[in-house]
Amino acid sequence: MIEFTLWDILRNLLLAARWTIVLSLVSFIGGGVVGAILLFMRIGGSSLLRAFTRYYVELFQGTPLLMQLFLAFFGLGLFGIDVPAWFAAGLALILWTAAFLTEIWRGCVESITRGQWEASASLGMGYVQQMRYVILPQALRVAIPPTVGFSVQVVKGTALTSIIGFVELSKAGTVVTNATFQPFIVYGLVALIYFALCWPLSKSSQILERKLNVAHRNH
Amino acid sequence: MSLIEITEVRKSFGPNEVLKGINIDVAPGEVIAVIGKSGSGKSTLLRCINGLETIDSGSISVAGAQLLPDEAHLKALRLKVGMIFQQFNLFPHLTAGGNVMLSQMVVKKTPKPEAEAVARRMLERVGLAQKFDAYPDELSGGQQQRVAIARALAMQPTALLCDEVTSALDPELVAEVLAVVRELAAEGMTLLMVTHEMKFARDVCSRVVFMHEGRVHEIGPPEDVFAKPGTPELKQFLGMQ
Amino acid sequence: MNYVFSFSWLAEYYPVLLKGILITIELTVVGGLLGVALGTTCAWARALGPAWIKPPVSAYVELIRNTPFLIQLFFIFFGLPSLGVRLTELQAANLAMIVNLGAYSCEIIRAGIQATPRGQFEAGASLAMTPIQTFRYVVLVPALQRIWPALSSQVVIVMLGSAVVSQIAAEDLTFAANFIQSRSFRAFEAYFVSTVIYLVLAIVLRQIMAGVGGMLFARRSVR
Ligand SMILES: Nc1ncnc2c1ncn2[C@@H]1O[C@H](COP(=O)(O)OP(=O)(O)OP(=O)(O)O)[C@@H](O)[C@H]1O
Ligand SMILES: [Mg+2]
Repeated sequence: MIEFTLWDILRNLLLAARWTIVLSLVSFIGGGVVGAILLFMRIGGSSLLRAFTRYYVELFQGTPLLMQLFLAFFGLGLFGIDVPAWFAAGLALILWTAAFLTEIWRGCVESITRGQWEASASLGMGYVQQMRYVILPQALRVAIPPTVGFSVQVVKGTALTSIIGFVELSKAGTVVTNATFQPFIVYGLVALIYFALCWPLSKSSQILERKLNVAHRNH
Repeated sequence: MSLIEITEVRKSFGPNEVLKGINIDVAPGEVIAVIGKSGSGKSTLLRCINGLETIDSGSISVAGAQLLPDEAHLKALRLKVGMIFQQFNLFPHLTAGGNVMLSQMVVKKTPKPEAEAVARRMLERVGLAQKFDAYPDELSGGQQQRVAIARALAMQPTALLCDEVTSALDPELVAEVLAVVRELAAEGMTLLMVTHEMKFARDVCSRVVFMHEGRVHEIGPPEDVFAKPGTPELKQFLGMQ
Repeated sequence: MNYVFSFSWLAEYYPVLLKGILITIELTVVGGLLGVALGTTCAWARALGPAWIKPPVSAYVELIRNTPFLIQLFFIFFGLPSLGVRLTELQAANLAMIVNLGAYSCEIIRAGIQATPRGQFEAGASLAMTPIQTFRYVVLVPALQRIWPALSSQVVIVMLGSAVVSQIAAEDLTFAANFIQSRSFRAFEAYFVSTVIYLVLAIVLRQIMAGVGGMLFARRSVR
C-alpha cells in the first residue's frame, strides 16, 4: 500500500475543489440569468406566466435537490442521450438556483413600498419606466446581500453532484478516503476547504447587509 | 370654464362604497380645501383624479382631457395634474436634484442640461437651492416634502393635488411647507388639497369642500363654511356644538 | 424518444417506499424537535449568554452553516469512529440533522431575540425576574413568533436535505428509491414517484408548522 502524506491528501482535494468552483460559478451565473427571466414572468402582467413561475418555484423548493439531480440524470437519459454527469449536474443546479433567486428577488421588488409606484405613476411614468428608473434600482440594492448569501447554498449544493458521479471536492473526499482509510482527516479537510470557500461569501453578505441597514437608518 | 370637472363619480372597494356620486367643478386658479372626518373618502377622491384608483362610474376631466384608464390617457392626464403625498414618496436612491430631473427626462424626454436647469429653478423656488446633491435621507421631513413639491412642479402641471401634505411632519416643520403652498396659491396655481389645517384653509382657500360619508356635504367659500355651517355634521366636525 | 413509462413495479415495491417514508418522517420529527431545542439554547447563548460561551457557539454555527450537509454526515458516520464514537446509520443521520438544524435555527431565533424591544428586558428585570426567567417567560415566545415563518422554511429545507442520508445507507425514502431502481431498472419512475412524495411531505410539513405556530402563539391567559 502506498503511504499518503497530509500534503498528498490536501493536494488531491484542492485539485478537485477546482471543479467545485467551476460548477458553482456556472450554476450561479446560469441560475441568475434564468432567475431574472423567471422574475419578470413572476411580476409581469400575464397571469399564465405568473402561475407557471409560482408552480416552478414551488416544485424546486418543495423537492430535494438530490431528486432533481437524479431526475435530470436519468430523465435526460430517456431521450437516448448518454448524458455526462457534469451536464445533468449543471442543468439541475441552474434550474434549482433560478427558483431560489427568483423568489429572493421577488421579495426585494415587493419590499419597495407602494408609495414609490404611486409617486412615479403620478409623474406620468409607464410600467417599464417605473421598473427601469425607480423600482429596480432600489430592489437591486436590497437584493445584493441575500443574493451573495445564497451563493453559499449553491457552493454547498454542488456537493450533491458527487452522488451522480461528478468528480468534485466531495467525490474526491470519498475517493481519497477509500485509498487512505483516514476518513476523519480527509473529511475534516474537505469540510475546511468548503468552509474556506463559503465563509468569505457568508461574511460579505453580512457586511453588505449591515451597510445597507446603516444607509437606510433614516427611513 | 372649469379646469377640473368631476361629475357623478362613484367608487367602491368591494362592498364598501366610498364615493357616492361626487360633483365638483374647479375653476383655473382656484384653491380648494377638502375637509372631513377620517374615512370620508377625501384621499380616494384625490387618487381618482390622478388615476391611481379607477372610478366605477361618472367622469373626470382636466382641461378638457378625459380620464380613461389606458396608459396614454393616464399619462396625458398626469402631465396636467401633479400629486403631493402625505409620505413624500421621494425616490431614496436619487438626490434631491435627481428626483426632480428623473421624470422630466424619462417622461418628457427633456435633455439632461435643460432638466437640470429646471430642477435647480424648482428647488430654488421651494427654498432648497443648496440641497441639490443631498439624498432624501439627509433631509428633514419638511425639506423632503418641499423637494416633492419641486418634483411635481418641474412637470409644469396646471393643477396640483395635495393629500395631507403636512400630516407626517413635526409641528415645527409644518410652517415651511405651508409657506411654499401659500406662495403657489398666490402665483395662481390651481390647488385641490386635503388638509386638517383649518386656519390655513380659511386664509388661503377660495372654496372649502366638506365631505361626509362619500358625499360632498357642504361646499362654499371659507367665510360661510366655517362661520355658518349649515348641517349638524359640519358643526360637529368643526367642534361647534 | 420511444421509452414507455411503467409504474407496475409499484405493486411489488410499495412496502419498501412506505418504510422509507416512515424513516424520513422519523428523521424529520426527531431532527426538527431536538434541532430547534439545540438552536434555541445556542441562540440564548449567543444573544444573552456569558461572554465565554459565545466564541465556541459562534464557531459551531459558522462551521455548520458554511459546509455541506453531506460532508457533515460523512464526517459523523465515517470520521467519528476514529475517535471511538461508533454510530448506526440512523443514529448518525439523526445526529447530523440535529446538529445541522441546530446551527441554522440558532441564527434564525437569535434574530428574533435581538428584535425584542429593550423595554421588555427592562420590564422583566424591574419585576425581579432573573435574566433566565425573563428570557423564558417574556422574550422567548414573541421572539419565536416573529421568526416562525423562517424557522418553518428551515425545517422543510432540512427535511428535503435528509435525502442524502441514503448515502450512508440509512434507509429513508431516497434509499428506497435507489433500492427499487436497482431492482426494477425503472430509475426515472422510481425517482419521479419519490420526488412527488417529497413534495407532498413538504406541503404537509408546512401546514403542520403553521398549525403548531397557531397553537403556540394563540393569545392565551397566563397559566
Ligand atoms: N385600497 C383600498 N382598499 C379597500 N378599502 C379602501 C382602500 N382605500 C381606502 N379604502 C377605504 O375607503 C374609505 C375612505 O378612505 P380614504 O382614505 O379616502 O379616507 P380619508 O377621508 O382620506 O381618511 P383620512 O382622513 O383618514 O386620510 C375608508 O373606509 C377606507 O377604509
Ligand atoms: Mg386620507
